[in-house]
Amino acid sequence: MNPGPPMALLAELTHRCPLACPYCSNPVDLVRRSAELPTEAWVSVLREAAEIGVLHVHFSGGEPASRRDLEALVAVAAEAGLYTNLITSGVGLTEVRIQALAERGLDHLQLSVQAPEPALADRISGYRDALAQKRAVAAWTNRAGMALTVNAVMHRANLGLLPQTIDMAVELGAQRLEVAHVQYHGWALRNRGALLPTRAQADAARAIVDEARSRLSGILQTDYVPPDHFAQFPKPCMGGWGQVGMTITPEGKVLPCHAAETIPHLTFEAVGSRPLGEIWADSAAFNAYRGTDWMSETCRACPRREIDFGGCRCQALAHAGDAAATDPACERSPMNAEFRQRVAAEPQSAFVYRRFSTG
Amino acid sequence: MTGSLSDEMVPMLARGVRLRGDQHRDATMLLAPERALKLDPVAEAIIREIDGERSFAELVDRLEAVFDAPRDRIERDVRDFLLDMAGRGMMELS
Repeated sequence: MNPGPPMALLAELTHRCPLACPYCSNPVDLVRRSAELPTEAWVSVLREAAEIGVLHVHFSGGEPASRRDLEALVAVAAEAGLYTNLITSGVGLTEVRIQALAERGLDHLQLSVQAPEPALADRISGYRDALAQKRAVAAWTNRAGMALTVNAVMHRANLGLLPQTIDMAVELGAQRLEVAHVQYHGWALRNRGALLPTRAQADAARAIVDEARSRLSGILQTDYVPPDHFAQFPKPCMGGWGQVGMTITPEGKVLPCHAAETIPHLTFEAVGSRPLGEIWADSAAFNAYRGTDWMSETCRACPRREIDFGGCRCQALAHAGDAAATDPACERSPMNAEFRQRVAAEPQSAFVYRRFSTG
Repeated sequence: MTGSLSDEMVPMLARGVRLRGDQHRDATMLLAPERALKLDPVAEAIIREIDGERSFAELVDRLEAVFDAPRDRIERDVRDFLLDMAGRGMMELS
């Protein structure tokens, strides 16, 4: 089947990060610096991505500012016509670096905020004084004339401060705010017992966001990613597998979704092994769950099959033991009742911070 | 301020929003954070007249010369489009 050109590339430049947030969706087995793609390889990837029709490149990680060649890579992407977005914790950026990124054509900066209050921000990020650095980064970004989004990943420990988080996004001069409940992959899945919100918290969050949207119309645009554990239907994972975007890992594997490596029977091709456009259109991993042919009878017969695409493949594998099953978060999944019971019965646990293993 | 639009207000693309030709999709795209809109010819014509100086009324004047349609129709279409874009955070009206 012919998928059409990809819209977006998530470029995970590195897994190195000064923060240790337990909600991180990076894999538990982090890629070390010595295995990271060199600058030249990323330069080729970015040019190839533009040639095959990618419009947005999201520089992410880990903390992409941990790479000294970030400015050079932004310049290459901008020259190739890509819309460039930097997804950052802000740690490792200086006013000089932000000015340099703006001059090299960075279109937009997305700044994570763990909590609007210093002690809690430190506890979630496992890093001291991250909040002060974030305030500085927001001011420098505004001064450079760049667009700013605040990204707030929400969970049990910070949902009580959602109104203050929204106020802080306004105060930081952001034009956009993403209020996103945790996606339970990688480290976040390991921390589910510490992060899962209660039903009451999830319902309250929706109401708070709705109120803020109307109050702040024309000032702050707020996107909301609800928690799928309490939803009727699953998230349209990746806007459809192999439909919209791809992820490239720090070591150069090309993935249909940043968590796809949790599906053990898939093999992922590496950049440079063959043209990126061929990997996108023809590789077994991208074709595994593309379209509707692979779907279970439940999904194939469902009028929503091309609205939520059967939901998340990784969640289907993790809970139903079959990556081609209907996402158990869907009320039409035969596993849905069991999934909800399991979520409700999840024992509370303490944070396990995201770190490189010492072994 | 997404509710109203007076003649003297000046529309401008919001920070981080820009136009780009796209040979792969045979279209002009409006790119913004996490968004890409495929523009129809009318939307593209409106955006191409926006320069951060021209007022709403001046835009309607210029578009009247381009499109063969009654002025009140053009005014209504441009107003609807600009308010919709402002509501999505992609246009500033000042």
